[in-house]
Amino acid sequence: MAAETPASTAAEPLIQVEKFNYAYGDNQVLFDVDLNMSSEDVTALIGPSGCGKSTLLRSINRINDLVDSARVVSGKIKIDGIDLYAPDVDVISLRRNVGMVFQKYNPFPRSIFENAVYGLRVAGVKDRHDLEEAAERSLRSAALWDEVKDRLHEVATGLSGGQQQRLCIARAIALQPRILLMDEPCAALDPIATARIEELIHQLRGQYTFVIVTHNMEQAKRIADRTAFFYKGRLIEEDDTMNIFNHPRDPQTESYITGRLT
Amino acid sequence: MNPVPINDNPFAGDNSGIQQRETAARWALRIGSYIVVIITLAIMLHIFVKGAPVVFRTQWPFVNTQFLTELPATLHVIEDQQGNHIETDVNGADAVKKKLGDNFRAEKTISYSGGGILGPIVGTALLVVVSVGVALFLGVACAIYLSEYARHGKFLEMVRLAILNLAGVPSVVFGLFGLGAFVLTAPRFVDVPAERSVFSIPFGFTTLSFEGWDTCVLSGGFTLAFVILPVIITASEQCLQAVPQGFRETSMALGATRWQTIRYSVLPFATPGILTSSILGIARAAGETAPIMFTAALAFKDKLPWQKDLPPLPADASIFAHWEQSVSRFLGIFTESVQALPYHIYTLAAKIPQNEYAERAQYGSVFVFLVLVASLAASSVLLRKRLRAKYRW
Repeated sequence: MAAETPASTAAEPLIQVEKFNYAYGDNQVLFDVDLNMSSEDVTALIGPSGCGKSTLLRSINRINDLVDSARVVSGKIKIDGIDLYAPDVDVISLRRNVGMVFQKYNPFPRSIFENAVYGLRVAGVKDRHDLEEAAERSLRSAALWDEVKDRLHEVATGLSGGQQQRLCIARAIALQPRILLMDEPCAALDPIATARIEELIHQLRGQYTFVIVTHNMEQAKRIADRTAFFYKGRLIEEDDTMNIFNHPRDPQTESYITGRLT
Repeated sequence: MNPVPINDNPFAGDNSGIQQRETAARWALRIGSYIVVIITLAIMLHIFVKGAPVVFRTQWPFVNTQFLTELPATLHVIEDQQGNHIETDVNGADAVKKKLGDNFRAEKTISYSGGGILGPIVGTALLVVVSVGVALFLGVACAIYLSEYARHGKFLEMVRLAILNLAGVPSVVFGLFGLGAFVLTAPRFVDVPAERSVFSIPFGFTTLSFEGWDTCVLSGGFTLAFVILPVIITASEQCLQAVPQGFRETSMALGATRWQTIRYSVLPFATPGILTSSILGIARAAGETAPIMFTAALAFKDKLPWQKDLPPLPADASIFAHWEQSVSRFLGIFTESVQALPYHIYTLAAKIPQNEYAERAQYGSVFVFLVLVASLAASSVLLRKRLRAKYRW
């Protein structure tokens, strides 16, 4: 619940990435990444394809564990000071606290309602009333309720692309996570649907800590408080978004944001 | 060579050699395809022409009910002095002979060619049910493990190779394996282990004895299950792989365990395909002869599997006793040997010399067999279509 989210404490960042090295088999993709992300901020990860930004994002909820050859070489990612890769971490409860929205909107081919409450169902919530309440709350938060309230039991794949992506956001926030990871959430959407998602992120900022991977630098400018630029597996520069785009310190960052580095 | 005509068209040219090869290749491929179609149609037509008259009648009820509802029996053909043939069964033979009196000339008996084929139909149905049940359970479990749990590597490659090899094993080898494994050594609970028991574990109130299940539906069904297992595993695995990886990631990202993910977000979407693969399994299991020759099938049996002589219950037997007997009668079905359609067809076809009566029974059986398999396949296709419509991504 939004009200329960602890107030931002400037001293202690919510997500701390420390000297993080990550590899697929022998192919190392992240090198010594140090990055702090504060509670309630929107952090954008930018950089050319293959720079490791998605891998970092997918390491924060450990969804990359599904890739057979993926492994942490060294370093840590901490949330609230707790190392996510420590042996006693329960991946399931981690993922309930760290929601994720993927690039390709992919609601299950089930009803809108069942999509919205999927996370609760697998968590063992059975009470019909609780589920309905959660579905309404999350769909309202995702600004989708008014569009779907009369057809909650129709199959979700019949919605428009933008609606499907907002349903995916609703599905993630139904679990009331603290952090929302978004992997290029607008890459498959048209400009109008993109604008609605960005508007939604604006509405939800403060309630959740957002980490967003994007290829769209205008989007990063519009929505992000902080921006981190990655290149070839290394974090090149991380700063307030305005500083990154107006006064980049590193020449590589400047090349990238001006479109000369690909 | 003709002089190349001079014109302004830059695309015109003498490439007739290429054209001819193109045409030749297309025709070779086309003729190959036509041959396949023609042979398939020829098989169907042959069986329809020879089999349909045995099964269908021109008068009400248009179906040869005797053929479908009676057990196979020995056919007696009695010939009179005028050369007329009278067909009858063993009970009718004497009456016919007495009626003919001096007019009687000769009597021929043709085994298994009279009566009907209810026994083989029932036997094949039971074998298919057991084998598809066992193979679907084992096959889907194996496919899920390989596709969803096992890590890519040497071991997985070896398992895949083993499955591929299993598909290439001749079916008679499965038959011998079934004889050794299920008929002679599979474990069962008995009061006193038989002498041939390989190994027995006493539990006090009963003994688990590795003495085999004898020739029965269960032995045959398990043997057939291993014949169709590779088909089901391979096809199921492909269906599981076809489910978008995004479903798995999304489900896990929402805090589902791996099994929950499979149960709610992978299996439902793979089921239509898995059912399709089981169609292939059903057709194959129903059609195999060699694996059941030593494990389940008899050339002839005068009883249906549930027609077993159980001790009659006393008049005042409790409902519980009746219930218990029904259950044991039901379970007994699976421990009986049966006749099966493919083996029945083999038995008839292997009769030398061939005669019109045996041939008639044989083509009738083949026709019924094809209709049964086709209708099973059709119902699976319908089921798949309904599921597909429900889950589309």
